[in-house]
Amino acid sequence: MRQPLSILSSAASAAALLGALILAPTTVTAAEEAKAASVVDQGKEIAFDRKKGNCLSCHAIAGGDLPGDIGPPLVAMQARFPDKAKLRAQIWDATSANPNSMMPPFGRHKIISDDEIDKVVEFIYTL
Amino acid sequence: MRKLLSIVAALSIAATLPYTADASPDQDLKEMRAYFKKRFPKVPFQDYANGVYALDAESRAQWESIEDFPPYEMSVDNGKKLFNTPFKNGKTYASCFPNDGIGIVQNYPLFDKASGEVITVEHAINMCRESNGEKPLKYKKGDIADIAAYMAYTSRGKKLKVVVPNDPRALAIYERGKQHFFAKRGQLNLACADCHVSSAGMHVRADLLSPMLGHVTHFPVYRSAWGELGTLHRRYGGCNEQVRAKAYDAQGPEYTALEYYESYMSNGLVLNGPGSRK
Ligand code: HEC
Ligand code: HEC
Repeated sequence: MRQPLSILSSAASAAALLGALILAPTTVTAAEEAKAASVVDQGKEIAFDRKKGNCLSCHAIAGGDLPGDIGPPLVAMQARFPDKAKLRAQIWDATSANPNSMMPPFGRHKIISDDEIDKVVEFIYTL
Repeated sequence: MRKLLSIVAALSIAATLPYTADASPDQDLKEMRAYFKKRFPKVPFQDYANGVYALDAESRAQWESIEDFPPYEMSVDNGKKLFNTPFKNGKTYASCFPNDGIGIVQNYPLFDKASGEVITVEHAINMCRESNGEKPLKYKKGDIADIAAYMAYTSRGKKLKVVVPNDPRALAIYERGKQHFFAKRGQLNLACADCHVSSAGMHVRADLLSPMLGHVTHFPVYRSAWGELGTLHRRYGGCNEQVRAKAYDAQGPEYTALEYYESYMSNGLVLNGPGSRK
């Protein structure tokens, strides 16, 4: 098992090296930005999807139609959550901060996956 | 998957909610009334019989124009016909009920001292059938909803007066209903009280949430979402499924207890069933 793995990883690092050599530093940044933007887009999709986050059922969110008003509007998130981990924790399990919270414990009850929560956090952080 | 989705989280109850463990039914009723009076000071008590329409003038006007040509009218007619049609043994439903079954819905659900059980109107209808050698009807919709609609119609204008006697069996059923109402459940971890007490008058998406007071006064109900009449327990099942919990059986012990608790809380409201809702 070890051998194929190390072959794979050395192949990967060779590819990375090759990539770094070919691409100029500025283009790398642009590519990273594009990747980050797509994570935000995916997060938005998950947040708005009725079968996934369905955050609009309770929160007003810029770009979403017919929001509910049970939770506060999601605005100025970076100011409200300087610590991104706290924002993630609120979404993963709102009942740990407020045991009676109406907000479903998205991570604890596996309503969406941890990876999906990470993407939602990236999106919410742009609000 | 189904199993996983129906996980019921441990009881967790907001301090601000009108919930006191082991309070007497009467104490619970007073707390619930006081809560809603504070929450909606402009809503007169009797208006709670109108559900969400007690809270929103715009949808109320629409609803009142629907009630001018009630979508449940044919069901009431059919229910009346069924109610008066003799069983094979020649007897009718009237023989099973006090006052021949007319104008009695305000007393249901009823605690039956002999059996120690709480009996809803639908359950009483099926008990009547079975004691007369007929097969029970299916709960939730169809003929049973029509018969219950007719019985509700004859009880319009009466004030709900459900009794929880000082009998440990009645109190246990009441308590079970109360616990069900305040317990968080389902994958979404929501209690009935989260939506119909703490968030009453707020919106889930575009849907306005009704206060729990008045939940039972107008059933069975014609819902446009169903396109037909359905019973209270059918609605309970829908609300449980919304939070991704498994619905309990209509007329099972869980929903009967829930109806007992919800009805006691609404005592004094004037019955206006059957009703129509979105
Ligand atoms: C059923 C209602 C409901 C749903 C659905 C819901 N929330 Fe909430 N949310 C609330 C409530 C109520 C609060 C207020 C704080 C509390 O009680 O936890 C809140 C608080 C928050 C906060 C903290 C806001 C602040 O400024 O303090 C964030 C961030 C948040 N929610 C994000 C989300 C995201 C992202 C989703 C979807 C993945 C979501 N919520 C879905 C009800 C909900
Ligand atoms: C996620 C929110 C939510 C939860 C949790 C919830 N409901 Fe509902 N319920 C609704 C909505 C939305 C409606 C339709 C609007 C209205 O009448 O409140 C509704 C309607 C009802 C109605 C019909 C009201 C009428 O006037 O005809 C009853 C009765 C009811 N719910 C009981 C319950 C009970 C009992 C529970 C718990 C087992 C429960 N609900 C849990 C959202 C919820």
